Amino acid sequence: MPDLSFSSFVKKALARREAALTLLLVVLLVPISIRSPQFLSAKNISTILNDMAILSIVAIGEFYVILANGIDLSVGSIIAFTGMATGMINEANPTVSPLLLLLAGMGIGMVMGLFNGVLVAYGKIPPIITTLGTVNIYRGLTFLLSGGTWVTAHEMSKTYIDFPRNTFLGVSNLLWIAILVIAVFYYFSRYTRTGREVYAIGGNPTAAKFVGVNENRVRVVVFLISGTLCGLAGALWTARYASAVNEMATGFEMQAVAACVLGGVNFAGGSGGIIGVVIGTLFLGVVTNALPVIYLSVFWQTFVQGLIILIALTLNTISDQRKTKKLLAQRRG
Amino acid sequence: MAEKRDLMTKSRLIDEMSVKNRLIEYFTQWEVLLSIIIVLVFIFFTTRTPYFLDWFNLMNATFQFSEKAIMALPMIFIIMCGDIDISIASIIALCAYVVGNAAQGGASIPSLIFLALLVGTLAGLFNGVMITALEMPAIAVTLATQSLFRGIAIGLLGDQARTDFPENFGFFGQQFIPGTIIPFEFVLYLVLVLLFAFILHKTTYGRRLYAIGNSAEAARFSGIKVKTMRVINFTVTGFFCGLTSILLASRILSVRSNIATGWDLEIITLVVLGGVAITGGKGSVYGVFIGSMLVGYLKFGMGLLKFSGTLMTIVIGLLLIIAVLLPRLLDMYKANRKLRLQQLG
Repeated sequence: MPDLSFSSFVKKALARREAALTLLLVVLLVPISIRSPQFLSAKNISTILNDMAILSIVAIGEFYVILANGIDLSVGSIIAFTGMATGMINEANPTVSPLLLLLAGMGIGMVMGLFNGVLVAYGKIPPIITTLGTVNIYRGLTFLLSGGTWVTAHEMSKTYIDFPRNTFLGVSNLLWIAILVIAVFYYFSRYTRTGREVYAIGGNPTAAKFVGVNENRVRVVVFLISGTLCGLAGALWTARYASAVNEMATGFEMQAVAACVLGGVNFAGGSGGIIGVVIGTLFLGVVTNALPVIYLSVFWQTFVQGLIILIALTLNTISDQRKTKKLLAQRRG
Repeated sequence: MAEKRDLMTKSRLIDEMSVKNRLIEYFTQWEVLLSIIIVLVFIFFTTRTPYFLDWFNLMNATFQFSEKAIMALPMIFIIMCGDIDISIASIIALCAYVVGNAAQGGASIPSLIFLALLVGTLAGLFNGVMITALEMPAIAVTLATQSLFRGIAIGLLGDQARTDFPENFGFFGQQFIPGTIIPFEFVLYLVLVLLFAFILHKTTYGRRLYAIGNSAEAARFSGIKVKTMRVINFTVTGFFCGLTSILLASRILSVRSNIATGWDLEIITLVVLGGVAITGGKGSVYGVFIGSMLVGYLKFGMGLLKFSGTLMTIVIGLLLIIAVLLPRLLDMYKANRKLRLQQLG
């Protein structure tokens, strides 16, 4: 006899990570908006969403790598290389359409992700070591590519710089792209064979292999996705900030991982979802934007981020441990 | 008769193989390979520039890598147990902030050292307790504390710098052992290498670290206090972050909130390059020592030859990947040989 009471429904909903996080976000927004009513103005919300669009794209790539039991530390360097490459292509050929530049970024990022993936899958090098190596290699290649110089706003075409800002149906292109990426990977995760295989490999690699999942293929695919999305993010980054600098996106991997952790993605692999990652990204965005509102200097941003990740981790772990205990108790009857 | 002759050739073949085998076995050890590589690197730079093989230069170059090399030592223990700590640079920054601030307030040198060691130890203890008490992966916890610890330094220091230090404070990071050309930092490093080598290779504690790295479960069942030892590893690492912050602050006599940024990955690179398995249970202090010297002198030599810093970054990234890939290929090669020999025998 299923329990249909309202309280059990609420309990079940809250047990879902995404719902709990959304609730927390709303709870957080109440005092902030009382303190500063314009925080929830359409303009500020659109600022936050646009600020978080690039991070959400990268975090989704990172999500797949973590889901398959890995970690990708090279995302910041891939963004830098692809951002620099698209900036330089644009400088040399100002007439090239922005969409082509995005595709170029994705193509280059894909190759870099493929290199990571092949080393992990076929070289059997742990992901953390592989990407620890490539974070240096890709950043170094960025310097070699640019010769240490920058691409500045006046060297880039106006169409490229304006591309992320231009709106379609009142929403910026940047945001449309993020929404598209989220939608595509939501579908990929839930309804495609490969998407499910990533969960299988992350959850239990041995069992997955026994049912015929090609482990190496999945490991290459997750890095391929991460690299491609970083390439997209790099091309968007250069346009949005109207410059390509060698040091761009340094340390961005930590923010991407943080968004995943906040979204309830488990480091042990095999659990988590796209919606959680998106909410985790939003959460980071709101907190970062809210600091000045509560009169905390921006210098405390790093500390607050660390604190939030630590709290999220602790809550994740405690709820996971409870679930395990409950399951064990059920099994014992 | 034919059978007997066949057997004889077989046994002689195996004998010959075993000498060759032993040689291969020896030269495919990572530590031996590293030693050969560092000798080759020294020969290469010596033939390229007259300034490389010069005692004064070689000693002076150690200022550039002693601090990172020191941090690599306690990191061996952490990685040996299958853990990782990516918050060490942030702990160093936090300690350096405390030191800089106290120095500005007029604290004496002994109290500065005490403060740095205390803050570092507490930060390391915090990491260790969070990881073991909540059974969370070390990489996740130290990712959070990386922001947390550096966040405190950034929050309190903002864009300011602390540059007032007591007289003689520069000794630890800038001066030489009196009457010699050997930097104090480097001597301290060498002493610590011996200490860590002794602990890891000659004490029960060291053997237990290997046991935990190979199978934490089996180690626990055989009575090793796995969690306690992991907490100790993180705490010791925190202590050395405090020590390093003194050396670093003393060397550059200026503390900003971005001090030691990026050191986490560089130090982990030294440890892995030195042959410590990232999954734990394998490696030696000697390997990490040679690995650290290799990276340090590679950077020094490339700097002398006016290679850009960029190229060094790429070379070190490649070295790291090769360092992990090569032993794996060698293992595969050895396994194949063994299989062939077994089939022969």
